Amino acid sequence: MVDPVILGAVTAVYIVVIMYLGYLGYKKTQEEEDFMVCGRKIHPVVLAFSYGATFISTSAIVGFGGMAAHLGMGLIWLTVLNIGVGIIIAFIIFGRRTRDIGCRLKAVTFPDLLGKCYRSGFMQSITGLIILVGMPLYTAAILISGARFIENTMAIQYDMALIGFVLIVAVYVIAGGLIAVMYSDALQGGIMMVGMVILLVSTYLILGGVETANADLVSLSPLVPSGLASAGHTGWASMPELGSPIWLNMITTIVLGVGIGVLAQPQLVVRFMTVKDSRSLDKAVFVGGPFILLMTGVAFTVGALTNVYFMREEGLLATEAAGGNIDSIIPMFINSSMPDAFVVVFMLALLAAAMSTLSSLFHTMGTSAGYDLWRNVRHLRFFSFLEANMSRLGRPLTIKGKELPKKNYRASQIGTGFMILVSIVIAYLMPGSIIARATAMFFGLCASAFLPAYAHALYSRKPSTWAAKASLAVGAVTWFTWTAFVHVAESAPLGISKFLFGEDAVLGMPWQNVDPLVISLPLSIAALAVALLIDRWRR
Amino acid sequence: MFGIEDPQIWGGYLIAIVLAGAAAVYGLLNWNKGAAEETDEEESDQGD
Repeated sequence: MVDPVILGAVTAVYIVVIMYLGYLGYKKTQEEEDFMVCGRKIHPVVLAFSYGATFISTSAIVGFGGMAAHLGMGLIWLTVLNIGVGIIIAFIIFGRRTRDIGCRLKAVTFPDLLGKCYRSGFMQSITGLIILVGMPLYTAAILISGARFIENTMAIQYDMALIGFVLIVAVYVIAGGLIAVMYSDALQGGIMMVGMVILLVSTYLILGGVETANADLVSLSPLVPSGLASAGHTGWASMPELGSPIWLNMITTIVLGVGIGVLAQPQLVVRFMTVKDSRSLDKAVFVGGPFILLMTGVAFTVGALTNVYFMREEGLLATEAAGGNIDSIIPMFINSSMPDAFVVVFMLALLAAAMSTLSSLFHTMGTSAGYDLWRNVRHLRFFSFLEANMSRLGRPLTIKGKELPKKNYRASQIGTGFMILVSIVIAYLMPGSIIARATAMFFGLCASAFLPAYAHALYSRKPSTWAAKASLAVGAVTWFTWTAFVHVAESAPLGISKFLFGEDAVLGMPWQNVDPLVISLPLSIAALAVALLIDRWRR
Repeated sequence: MFGIEDPQIWGGYLIAIVLAGAAAVYGLLNWNKGAAEETDEEESDQGD
């Protein structure tokens, strides 16, 4: 166990630096465009680290690393998609057009981009609304994992850890907007990279080198528990049986769900609009590819190799050593195998991973509420009345009688504060079983609802609003239906199917293991194509 | 390869590393490419 005084001192220094970056963001934020898209002049290296650090949360390292300990190295295919789709396609195919169009139309958020491309306030509002409904779940998952992590490593009571964690992030997000978020992301990304490099090198050194460690992992294959073997598990250095339940879960939910879902993540898309030119995006690709390889590639490799370590040390598989809780495998491995100095670095890396993702989600939800939704509903009678009667909302703030300059991004700041409160409430209310699946769920929802309409907006000269609405509606509705009634990993804890039909899932195998994205994304694309054909035929 | 027998696994690692390398090479090759185009555009704008 690391000396809590040393860990506390290092964490305190880290928080001071983060707050200083938040202060820099605050000083540089003068206009709405600064708060929303960093005045479109962020440095490409900051963009790359910020994108990567936002993309990779603590759950991606600890949760998915633990999953690799359970299911094996086959998860490396998610790294392939993370780099191929999440970096190369995202930056080159989507990023360049997003930056160019976003800059031309002066779009400042993802919903704003869609709204302006389709010249539709409805598209902007509905996209903002889907974000506001879906993102708090994902945010709550990050929040809980961060608070649990602080609780376990620093021996701070859970409620205190959660509130303290939120307060620190909230201060710099609300005050400094996206500039503060991206500056702190860059620092956090750097810490994460150092942590993961040390983790990979140390693990192979501890286990006797690359070839020995991997060969030992292969030799553990006969020890796969019978329950897992019958579901298709063949060992930790080989792929599961093709078409088996474990294969379906690994490929459809984890590899495709998260791998493709990243393309339409609002908090990532907005980053393409923060740079001054396309050249900056190319520079970011230079950093982004290796960064992601070091994050998920290392997490999945080390995760699988923990089986070799625990077998040698305790005669147990990693999942058994962790008492069945796969989320504690990576922290347990670090604590028991690494020197104290590295434990501190890795703990800081995990804290950085949680903070970077959380701050970006807070900012995206805040701008969706305060900018995308508010500006489309504020003219409605009820909201006009509310605005007129709520003190300070539309008036300049004062300190000691002195009027502060009125910021045109005040509504986004208020929206951010409001959505932070919503996330805290959800973190306390939602069952853990749903929270644990929130990452894949949110990624799947975004891809199903937004991806076809987003791609159409970028690559069509005259994008069809009607086709985009059809795609968005079909994608979102199909995704929800499959999630609530078929995909048993979500439908069982949600309980809607059980309540209505008396069964956890209305379809049998293998459909129960097929991720909603695999069904809803093709249907969303088909809806877009059919609507475009009808549109053309009408003309 | 490196002690891993299943080609679906080492193949995955190989592709991941090649893609990360390709991303780095792409970034390097295009590091100044856009700058030249932008300078040309700026010059032509000034000429107009």
